[in-house]
Amino acid sequence: MSESGTKKTFSRRKFIVRSAVGVGVLLGTGYFTRPIWRRSLAEMANSMEPSYMGDTETPQLWFEVTADNQVILHSPKVEMGQGTFTGLAQIAADELEVDIRQMKVVHAATATGNIDGLSTGGSLSISGLWQPLRELAATMREMLKNEAARILKTDAATLTVKEGVVSGNGQSLAYGDIVKTVTEWTIPDTPPLKDVSAYQFVGKPIPRLDLRDKVIGAPIFGMDATMPDMLYGAVARPSAIGARYVSADTTEAEKMPGVVKVVKEKDFVGVVARSRMEAENAKNAIKVTWETGKNWQSEDIEEMIKVGKGEPFVIQKEGGAENVLDNGENIIRAEYKSPIGAHAQLEPNGALAFVDGDKATVMISTQVVRITRGEVAGRLGLDEEKVNIIPTYLGGGFGRRLHTPNAMQAAVLSRAVGKPVKCFFNRQEEFQNDTFRPPTHHVLRAKLREDGLIEAIEHNVSSGDVMFGSPLFPAIAQPILGADVGAWRGGMIQYGKIPNYRAVSWRVKLPFATSWWRSLGLLANTFAIESFMDELAIKAGKDPVQFRLDQIQDDEAGHRLKEVIKATADKAGWKDGVHNGRAMGFAASTDAGTPCAHVAEVSVEGQEIKVHKVTCAIDPGLAVNPDQVRAQCEGAIIMGLSAALYEKMTVKDGQLTPTIYGPYRMALMKHAPKEIDVVILENADAPGAVGEPPLGPIGAAIANAVFRLTGRRLREMPLELT
Amino acid sequence: MKISFNINGMPQSVEVDGNTPLLWVIRDVLDLKGTKFGCGKAACGACTIHVDGEAVRSCSFAAKFAEGRDITTIEGLSAGDELHPVQQAWIEEVVPQCGYCQPGFMMATAALLEKVPNPTDQDIDDNIVNICRCATYYRMRKAIHRAAEIKNANS
Repeated sequence: MSESGTKKTFSRRKFIVRSAVGVGVLLGTGYFTRPIWRRSLAEMANSMEPSYMGDTETPQLWFEVTADNQVILHSPKVEMGQGTFTGLAQIAADELEVDIRQMKVVHAATATGNIDGLSTGGSLSISGLWQPLRELAATMREMLKNEAARILKTDAATLTVKEGVVSGNGQSLAYGDIVKTVTEWTIPDTPPLKDVSAYQFVGKPIPRLDLRDKVIGAPIFGMDATMPDMLYGAVARPSAIGARYVSADTTEAEKMPGVVKVVKEKDFVGVVARSRMEAENAKNAIKVTWETGKNWQSEDIEEMIKVGKGEPFVIQKEGGAENVLDNGENIIRAEYKSPIGAHAQLEPNGALAFVDGDKATVMISTQVVRITRGEVAGRLGLDEEKVNIIPTYLGGGFGRRLHTPNAMQAAVLSRAVGKPVKCFFNRQEEFQNDTFRPPTHHVLRAKLREDGLIEAIEHNVSSGDVMFGSPLFPAIAQPILGADVGAWRGGMIQYGKIPNYRAVSWRVKLPFATSWWRSLGLLANTFAIESFMDELAIKAGKDPVQFRLDQIQDDEAGHRLKEVIKATADKAGWKDGVHNGRAMGFAASTDAGTPCAHVAEVSVEGQEIKVHKVTCAIDPGLAVNPDQVRAQCEGAIIMGLSAALYEKMTVKDGQLTPTIYGPYRMALMKHAPKEIDVVILENADAPGAVGEPPLGPIGAAIANAVFRLTGRRLREMPLELT
Repeated sequence: MKISFNINGMPQSVEVDGNTPLLWVIRDVLDLKGTKFGCGKAACGACTIHVDGEAVRSCSFAAKFAEGRDITTIEGLSAGDELHPVQQAWIEEVVPQCGYCQPGFMMATAALLEKVPNPTDQDIDDNIVNICRCATYYRMRKAIHRAAEIKNANS
């Protein structure tokens, strides 16, 4: 039995942008149309200062106290494996004065009113909520104390709290007992927060709160959702790039066993049946007429994506790099490439929707709760308040769930039959209708000085869209930002002592959907820049680690990056050259304010590149849960290794292929390094980004090792020695 | 057709099209949601169960072949509240991230340990060939070794 405090009516929506990334707030000001301001806005977006858009003032929206003295945190951020629920519980427990075992975290349904205005992504969940959640939890504690004081007829200042029990005046009251008597909360001013050193749970490697559910196979994912009388839906999806639905002959499908209804809409056709297989079979019997365009091939895409073909935008400029590189001698130039990448998350996209009269309920794995709700409401013609999105655990996010039009389709199917309908992609549909990591092409140029350091360097990255075109950012943000922040993430030169440097982002519109893929442009851009840095170090006859350290500026960001580089090299026992058939490769990047470096220890057997060990140092600032920081590093390293060595979508006869695991090669157990050594530095007093930064350096670290082993500079991912 | 089998130690009969993949019978007819759909082509292993003790990818196993067999799913891996050594090891090593593929991996591991009580790294590489997109392989390998230890200590 749970009992929550009476929630105040909440008509005024509070969206508070806490800091720099507030694109929405900045849009109104004319300043940002001026190029210099555009550039600084882009710089701010690149540093991804902690931001959070949502309620920060209404503790009772967040915390539900149960009769057995547990606290349920209704999280506006979703849990997709990154460990956010556990980190949030730690942060809240310390200010609420409850034991971590008294904390439970659930996804906040939109009906609760606790809605994230933006998304779960960008490695911003813990960093963005660090300050607001502590304030909310501390305020909730004071609210409970004040109510206890009222019941105990004493002064709240004389009361103390331990493990959710308020004591004073010779009496004590559990939080669970206090809330039973509360009919309306009075919210006091935010009390002073505890000193971080006084925290019991923050900073500790607390085991994930969802561990048990996840080892017993509890039904916690979107695909596991059920409702009484539920039916199964399937929607016909195109296999051809750019295909648009025109019409459908459903005569045969209607006669298929188990079919309840065939649903034809202006933009799609689907079927509702009694079981998943019956729905799939009936969908396959629909004869759809698609309007298709060009018969695209990989060569077309490769040609389009070349630097020089799209629209350029200068994202970084210091000194006169162009002049030096256009007119100087001994210019070093190299080109790098990365392929189209699939998300390939294990849980397919889909939703369970029930449209009941003028109300709709949708259970779904989504990273954009607010947008999902808006899209469903818009499609059904309902007020947003009539649509309740109930987020579930995500069977992988990685950016794929930042687009959820499938929720609208499930809702339309449900409305057509008046019953709950669960409608999921099959795997082929996942691969062909993904919102891919865009392919990239990079041109780098540099000139070395007499002393071997860099006089000028330039990075050109050409990419399909990541942020542009996403429902997460209004179209109006495009001219203001100038270039796609997602595409060029990680594309700036991070060696600030170089006198002349420049980075240019080239935008290419591709004929298929490209979008957010964990770490966005970071993986490809770091692969290009950090491989090129290795080329330059070798040209200059310098140790690649020292070469980097010598060219990093002396400000705070530079200091943190240098410390990370040194810690990685120290821990790995960095040695250049080949030793016992193995070589080390080094690379470093800074992403969303978090510096990270890798040493990959690699051997080459025949044509096989084998990564034996990766040493990683990362400085996310304060590590709320060091074990989960480690877990994110381990996972990001292997996911990045998978992309660097194996993964590639190709375009053949107008279709994206392959369409199944296996042919879409991915790292398996046998490919994962047997040793991963993670060093966590905490050279900042608040938590920063963790989930994506450790994906940055791995591609270049491996390629740099391969060069030492084979003398071959692999400039294209996936790295292949054929 | 009517198909009868034991699942997680209990006799069960279902009335389904015999060609329905056993996965959907387990998930949608019997409402055991721990066995996951990943690809439908036996390529990812998210749907791994035990059929007479053998690891089987249930998305590609027609329900009619379950007749008279002993089926175990992740829900039946533990003995009541006492978790299987593989599950215990998974908790000790804090393996899961998103968790979606983990039941399949745990079922594959449990089947491996029945045949190879002390698997080497090579045994693990050769036999554990499921896909984890969060890429928890590093901890999983440690957990497999740990599970072998727990299991051997118990027996």
